[in-house]
Amino acid sequence: MNLKRKNPALYYLQRTGFYLLVAIITIYLMVPFLWAVLTSFRKSGDLFLQPLQFVTAPSTLGNYRDVFANENFINGLGYSLLVAVGAVAISLLFGSFAAYALGRFRFRGKSMIMYIILAVSVFPQIAVLGGLFTLIRNFDMYNNPLALVFSYLIFTIPFTVWVLTSFVRDIPGELEEAALVDGASPLRTLFSVLFPVMMPALVTTGLLAFINAWNEYLFALTFMGTRRTVPVVIANYSGATQFDQPWGQIMAASIVVTVPLIILVLVFQRNIVSGLTAGAVKG
Amino acid sequence: MTTDATPKLAAPIRRRGIEAARAQQALWLLLPTLIAIALVAGYPLYRTIFFSLFDANLTTPDERTFLGIGNFWFTTAEGVQLGFLQDPKWWEAVKNTMLFTVVSVFLETVFGMIIALVVNTAFPGRAFLRTAMLVPWAIPTVVSAQMWGYMYNDSFGLIGRGLLGGQALLANTDSAIWALIAVDVWKTTSFMALLILAGLQSLPTDMYEAADMDGATKWTQFWRMTLPLLRPALLVALVFRSLDALRVFDVMYVMLGPVNAGSTSMTGYARLQLIDNSLLGVGSAVSVAIFVIIMVIVVMYVTAFRVKFD
Repeated sequence: MNLKRKNPALYYLQRTGFYLLVAIITIYLMVPFLWAVLTSFRKSGDLFLQPLQFVTAPSTLGNYRDVFANENFINGLGYSLLVAVGAVAISLLFGSFAAYALGRFRFRGKSMIMYIILAVSVFPQIAVLGGLFTLIRNFDMYNNPLALVFSYLIFTIPFTVWVLTSFVRDIPGELEEAALVDGASPLRTLFSVLFPVMMPALVTTGLLAFINAWNEYLFALTFMGTRRTVPVVIANYSGATQFDQPWGQIMAASIVVTVPLIILVLVFQRNIVSGLTAGAVKG
Repeated sequence: MTTDATPKLAAPIRRRGIEAARAQQALWLLLPTLIAIALVAGYPLYRTIFFSLFDANLTTPDERTFLGIGNFWFTTAEGVQLGFLQDPKWWEAVKNTMLFTVVSVFLETVFGMIIALVVNTAFPGRAFLRTAMLVPWAIPTVVSAQMWGYMYNDSFGLIGRGLLGGQALLANTDSAIWALIAVDVWKTTSFMALLILAGLQSLPTDMYEAADMDGATKWTQFWRMTLPLLRPALLVALVFRSLDALRVFDVMYVMLGPVNAGSTSMTGYARLQLIDNSLLGVGSAVSVAIFVIIMVIVVMYVTAFRVKFD
C-alpha cells in the first residue's frame, strides 16, 4: 500500500514480477499433465505434427475407445481396485485398534512399539522382495491378487497406525471415560464412541493408503504374472505391433487412471493436507 | 475370574489392577497389527537376510549352498570377482542414486519453498494455484514416468523433439539421470511445498507485523525469521523425501527398462539380480545392503532430532 503511493513504478514492477512467477509455477505444474490430456485426444498420425498444429488438430475419442476395448486394461482396473480396497480395509480395521491402544492406553513397551512401526514405515520394499517372493511361491500364491493384498500391508498398516494415532490423541478423553465408567468394553468403546468421531480421520487415512496401494509398482510387477494391476499395464502398454508405441492410447489409459484420483484429491484436499502433515511432520 | 475380588481391595492396589488390565487390553488391540507386521515385514526380512548368505536360485531356493559373505565379496582361485560389492555396475547404481537423491531433494526443497511462499501470500487465484499444486502429487508415479517418457521421445516429444531437436535423452546414461531427476522434481515438489506451506501457516503473524514496523525488508525477514522457524518442519520433510529418493524404483524401471535401471538405482540393481537374473542369493545380499543403508540414515535422523514417543 505504502509503496503504491511512494513509488508506483516499483510497485507495479513487483506486482508484474509476482504474477509472472505465479504463471511460471502454474505452467510448470500443469503443462505435462495437460499435454498428456491433449495427446489422448489426438489420432496417432497427428503425433508427428509441430506443437502448434498438434494443439489445433481435430480431436478423437478413438484412443479411449481402444483403451476400454483392451481386456488387459479393464482387468487391471479390476485387480487394482480389489487389491487396494482389500489392503485398505484390513489396514483401517487393524490400524484403528492399534491407534486406539497407542493413543489412549499407557503401558510398558509402548515407545518400543512406536519405534518398530516407524521403522517399518521407512522400510525399503526391496528388503523383503526376495523373502516375500519365496514365501508367496511356497504358499502357491504367485499371480494371486491376495498375495498383493497381503504384501501391501507392509506400507498401508504402519501408515494408518501412525496417522490414526495422532488423530486419536487429539480426541478429548471425556468421551470414552463416560463409556468406561458405564462398564463398556474397550472394543465397544472403540466402535460406538470413537469410530463416529474418527470418521473423517478414517476417510482421509483410507484415501491416502488407497492412493499408495493403487499406485504401487514393484510388488505388483514381481508377484503377478498375468493378472497385472493398472500401473503394470500402463508401464507395459503395447500396440498392435512390437515396434509401435501407441502414445495416444498410453496417455488415454493414464488419464483414465489418474482423473478419479485427482477428483478424490481435490474433493478431500483439506483432509489430505492434514493427513499428510500428521503422517510426516509429527513423525 | 478375579474381578469379583477387586472391589474389596484398597484403592492404590485397585488402581494398579486397572492399569494392568488396561495394559492387557492394549496388547490385545495391538495384536492384529503386530502379527501383520511380523508376517509381512519381519519374517520376509529374516528370509532375505538368510538367503543373502547362500548361493541360491530363485526358481529352486531349496537347493542352496552356504556361502557366508560370498554374495557380498568373493574372489575365485582364478581371480574372478563374484561379490556384488566388486561389481562396477553396483557402484554405478550407488553413485547415480546418491546423485539423484541429493540433486532432486535439493531442487524440490528450493522449488517447494518458492511455491509455498507464493501460495502463502494473499492474491487472487491463490486457491487455484493451491489446487493445481496437488495435481502432480496425485498422478501415479508410473503414469508420470510414461508422460515424461513421451515428452522426452525424440520423434514425438515436446522436449525431446521440440526443445532439444531430436536428441534421445534417455538413451545416453549421462543425460538420462538428469532427465529422471527432472521427472522426480516435477512429481514431488508439490509434496514438499505442501509440508512447507503447513509449516508457514503455523508461524505467528504478529511477529511479521512487528518486523514490518521495525523496517526489516522481506528478504531479511525470510532469512532471519521464516527459515529458522521453519527448520523443524523443513528437516522432517527433507528426511522423508531423501528416504523416498534412496529407495527410488518405478521411474527408472519404467523409463529405462530393467537393465539400465540396474545401473541407475540401487533398488533397480537389486531387482535385476534377484528377479531378472534369478540370483536369489546375490539379490538378497544387495537388498540387505540397501536395508542397512536406509536404517543407518533413519537412526541418524532419529538421534539427531531426538524424536520421542510417549
